[in-house]
Amino acid sequence: MNFFSTLLPAYAEIFLLVMVSAILIVDLFVTDPNKTATYLLVQLALLGCSLITVSTHQSGVEHLFHNMFVDDLMSDVLKLLSYLAVSMMLVYSRSYMLARGLFTGEFMALTLFSLLGMMVMISASNFITLYMGLELLSLSLYAMVALQRDSATATEAAMKYFILGALASGLLLYGMSMLYGATGTLDVNAVSDAIRHGVPNKQLLTFGLVFVVAGLAFKLGAVPFHMWVPDVYHGAPTAMTMLIGTAPKLAAFAFAMRILVEALQPLMVHWSGMLVILAVLSMALGNISAIAQTNLKRMLAYSSIAHMGFMLLGVLSGDIDGYSAAMFYTVVYVLMSLGGFGMIMLLSREGFEADKLDDFKGLNQRSPWLAFIMLLLMFSMAGVPPTVGFYAKFAVLSAAVNTGHIPLVVMAVLFSLIGAFYYLRIVKLMYFDAPESHVPISVPPDSSILISFNGLAVLLLGILPGNLMSVCAVSVQQSLLLH
Amino acid sequence: MIFGLPVLSVVIWLPIIFGILVLATGNDRNAQLARVVALIGALLSFAVAIPLYTGFDRTTSVMQFDELRPWITRFNIHYHLGVDGISVLFVLLNSFFTPLVIIASWKVIEKRVAQYMAAFLIMSGLVNGVFASLDAVLFYVFWEAMLIPMFIIIGMWGGPNRVYAAVKFFLYTLMGSLLMLVALLYLYLQSGGSFEILDYHQMAIPMTAQILVFIAFFMAFSVKVPMFPVHTWLPDAHVEAPTGGSVILAAIMLKVGAYGFIRFSMPIAPDASHKLAGVMIALSLIAVVYIGLVALTQTDMKKLVAYSSISHMGFVTLGFFIFNTYGVEGALMQMISHGFISGALFLCIGVLYDRVHSRNIADYGGVANTMPVFAAFFMLFAMANSGLPGTSGFVGEFMVIMGAVKANFWYAFLAASTLVFGAAYTLWMYKRVIFGAVANHHVAELTDITAREKLVFAILALTVLGMGLYPLPFVEIMHVSVSDLLVHLARSKL
Repeated sequence: MNFFSTLLPAYAEIFLLVMVSAILIVDLFVTDPNKTATYLLVQLALLGCSLITVSTHQSGVEHLFHNMFVDDLMSDVLKLLSYLAVSMMLVYSRSYMLARGLFTGEFMALTLFSLLGMMVMISASNFITLYMGLELLSLSLYAMVALQRDSATATEAAMKYFILGALASGLLLYGMSMLYGATGTLDVNAVSDAIRHGVPNKQLLTFGLVFVVAGLAFKLGAVPFHMWVPDVYHGAPTAMTMLIGTAPKLAAFAFAMRILVEALQPLMVHWSGMLVILAVLSMALGNISAIAQTNLKRMLAYSSIAHMGFMLLGVLSGDIDGYSAAMFYTVVYVLMSLGGFGMIMLLSREGFEADKLDDFKGLNQRSPWLAFIMLLLMFSMAGVPPTVGFYAKFAVLSAAVNTGHIPLVVMAVLFSLIGAFYYLRIVKLMYFDAPESHVPISVPPDSSILISFNGLAVLLLGILPGNLMSVCAVSVQQSLLLH
Repeated sequence: MIFGLPVLSVVIWLPIIFGILVLATGNDRNAQLARVVALIGALLSFAVAIPLYTGFDRTTSVMQFDELRPWITRFNIHYHLGVDGISVLFVLLNSFFTPLVIIASWKVIEKRVAQYMAAFLIMSGLVNGVFASLDAVLFYVFWEAMLIPMFIIIGMWGGPNRVYAAVKFFLYTLMGSLLMLVALLYLYLQSGGSFEILDYHQMAIPMTAQILVFIAFFMAFSVKVPMFPVHTWLPDAHVEAPTGGSVILAAIMLKVGAYGFIRFSMPIAPDASHKLAGVMIALSLIAVVYIGLVALTQTDMKKLVAYSSISHMGFVTLGFFIFNTYGVEGALMQMISHGFISGALFLCIGVLYDRVHSRNIADYGGVANTMPVFAAFFMLFAMANSGLPGTSGFVGEFMVIMGAVKANFWYAFLAASTLVFGAAYTLWMYKRVIFGAVANHHVAELTDITAREKLVFAILALTVLGMGLYPLPFVEIMHVSVSDLLVHLARSKL
């Protein structure tokens, strides 16, 4: 076998790296202020990645680079969804960023670098790979948040994000080093074997676990490690908020799977107890604080905290049903979030951010179609059928009931009731209140079509959720059983 | 089968499709087109529901017009529809009311007509789905989905305090529903992975679990009925909702809650139902007596009829939980008759409100002088609401009281007090609004009901009288299902 064919499972990553480098150079020669050529090239790169991921898919699990890198069905599915999310994010944000003079080569290159980071995270089967992917993702995001140099809030957000993110990375690395100390290996599967065969220093192992979980909670934005979320979501330009709030959640899910489930499955009793606390606190604080917000981006930030808490409920169930429910939840959350932030960007104009709740007043009178899409998105986030958000909650709750977490489930539904209130408020503003401004809404055709698809997907997946659910279930199943 | 399509699916999806068509007519420049399309849709939806009545086999309690298709295989969820003698009546009731509501709102609604009509059509389809679902998740989806159009209807076309009412309505109902979801998940687990409602009926469940399941269902259904003490959303929602919304709320939405008791709570947890019957009866009697007294003091007509609805629904839950044929059949009759009567009363109030823009009893007086035809119809419905023999209101109440006498004399005594209170609050309101000297220039300027309004009232009047004089067709359909249900309830599932 020649060298290149052994690299097959990592072709997508390699291709993306080559493309980003090429885009960086090509962009220097693009004089068009709209950067159309660069933009098309980026979309092309994403399309290429999808084709490669699909065509290099093999049934079973492939390890590469001395078990540093793994390619399985779950990673392929998550990567494909990440490409989709990033590509949608670029479509949504193009005119928004153009209007703010931020649609630059760097922005697109950094976006792709962050995507590369996610892909590495998703395919990591070694703590070092995981960490490298995470850092590539995070560093790109820090830079992107700060891209709007003349905005004080964006700079502040970037600073907060960077400092807290660095702290989290430190915690994570510290935890990993302890795990290394206890087990003598960094390989995900070897760690799990080592723990199963008995580790002399149990205390070290548990300490390591605590730090790792803390690092993970930071990245997910789960309470009490959530402080950065509202400020960053609020302060960053909406396009960046969308990027932070969507695709990286898929990577974070993969992160949780690789580290907690594949490496530390034998310690499930310990970590699932920790996740219970994280989940309950996140749902409580996220949902309750969201009520008090007047800024939609901030509200969605708290809502994301609550959603991540709900997702953790699936992970802590600790069986395959739970993991696949969590994966389904994450995918659905990403879809809804894309729509939510997309809507903010669609309604924004040059010099006007439609990120206050009051900006949505009377939307039904200004544009019934957009209001209807937003209605679907909000009801989906609240988990009301027939939207897909309901099935996400349904799958997670079902897994949690299955593993006997009934009190937790009751708590979760009560918090989602509180959550329903603030999503309803958006619907109320759009449908029941009179508009504050009568400026006609001009929406670029590409993002207008995309938001329609996005909204209808929420409804159609709600009517026929079976396939997506099965995809999640099968991919989690295969990845875990074959390891 | 209708054109090769299964009846129940058509009954559910046809109104929804027409709702989308109505939405597609666009803004208020095409208002007339929206109305016409909506009316055609509603009439067609009623027409396709008729085979449910004519083709219904009255000799069996098994589910008819059965449809079974896999839907979400991962959770073994099916698109399973079917009706028995109990649910078929409510599908018919709902399909019957949709055209009436559309006709009644013909001229009244002038803002965003298409959205209004579409909301009603879509809701009508979803409500049919609730009554026809035999899969718990399917049921839940329809059950929750129908909140969305109702929320929009109250909040967009309602009165001054509509937003508060709409949010209260939504959150109250959502709270109950979410707990029901937990119960359904528990049953799914216990049954070894089935969401079939009929499987749950046969499943043995230990007592503690039965009680917890019963309570979870109780939270969901009692809010919808509504039972005392979770009834407080209803007066708000009714008062603020537009006339059509009030009619559907009273005639259909409340029935959905009561239907839940008879389809879920009682057959799934019969032992808990027997054990907690005392509580249920007590809550029902409080609703009948106390809420009846509350209705007496109302100064707002819509509020008065809203409280009267709660009081009458108390009869329904009372009838269910005395576990005999008279009780249960009477309760079902009461549900249907209350649909007609309260719907008609809300339409009457709507007629006055459209002309005077006030619901206060004090703003009226002597309406009979200017609106004699209206006064006559209103009289009939008011009498029916107080349970006059010969009207449908009498049949259900009388049967429930008979059932109650068998169970315990004092239940019957308290329940029968409604014949006094009901007559008191309804007729007193009627007297103050309709009789006497013309109260003010608003009343003096009133014009009598139009041909369109007459048509609606005439249809309802005929139904109310018809059901009161000859209730057999209704009893006949439900009888076998009810007696089999009672046999089922008598068996312990421990």
